[in-house]
Amino acid sequence: MSSFKKRPVFLDITRIRMPVAALVSIAHRLSGVLLFLTIPVVIYFFDLSLRSAQDFAAVNSMLNSVPGKLSMLVVLWALLHHLCAGIRYLLLDLRIGLTRDGARLGAWIVFGAEALALLIIVGMLR
Amino acid sequence: MSGQDASGLRAWMLQRVSAVVLALCFSSMLIAWLMQRPLTYDAWRAWIAHPVVNIASLLFFIALVVHAWVGVRDVVIDYVRSTAVRFVVLVSVATSLLAMLVWAFRILLRVTS
Repeated sequence: MSSFKKRPVFLDITRIRMPVAALVSIAHRLSGVLLFLTIPVVIYFFDLSLRSAQDFAAVNSMLNSVPGKLSMLVVLWALLHHLCAGIRYLLLDLRIGLTRDGARLGAWIVFGAEALALLIIVGMLR
Repeated sequence: MSGQDASGLRAWMLQRVSAVVLALCFSSMLIAWLMQRPLTYDAWRAWIAHPVVNIASLLFFIALVVHAWVGVRDVVIDYVRSTAVRFVVLVSVATSLLAMLVWAFRILLRVTS
């Protein structure tokens, strides 16, 4: 048992070069937790925006401030990543993109698609 | 607990069914919103009060709470090892999610009345 415990362990996360599918996976979990934490904030703004014209204007000015826009950008990225990576997982369940190269390509497509979607939505909102 | 519950198959299936509902509701509502741009208070309120948008939002929030519950439960089970702490965290998460669902329901009902 003692020799078993002495096996070298290499878990220096700054030196491990992650495959792209691992980055999709980690970001899927991080974005999921972030989205969970933003649910009450989003419902609060949703509630306020539907209360009166004054409250609607207040929400509008909060979201149009620089911190408001930056937060929306982060949440929108989390949402788009979670959605794109989630679609990839559903396809993997259907055995689509399950080979090593297929999984790698799919992971790159996820990052490409979310970047494109983010640019389009931000472009339409400007 | 039956064998089926213990296998986690039900949670696995709920996560995927709710994911599909969320993806469909979110993308269709986002596209409809971007095309119609209800940017004033009256237009925004009327848009949310529209039966299609209202029911889609309701479905969205139900699927959101189910999806968040399964996902957060997985994360908590992965990182919180103590049974007592895990129990307290899971009860708090479940209670908050149910409260948020009721909150969202009330908003959607209020807008239609």
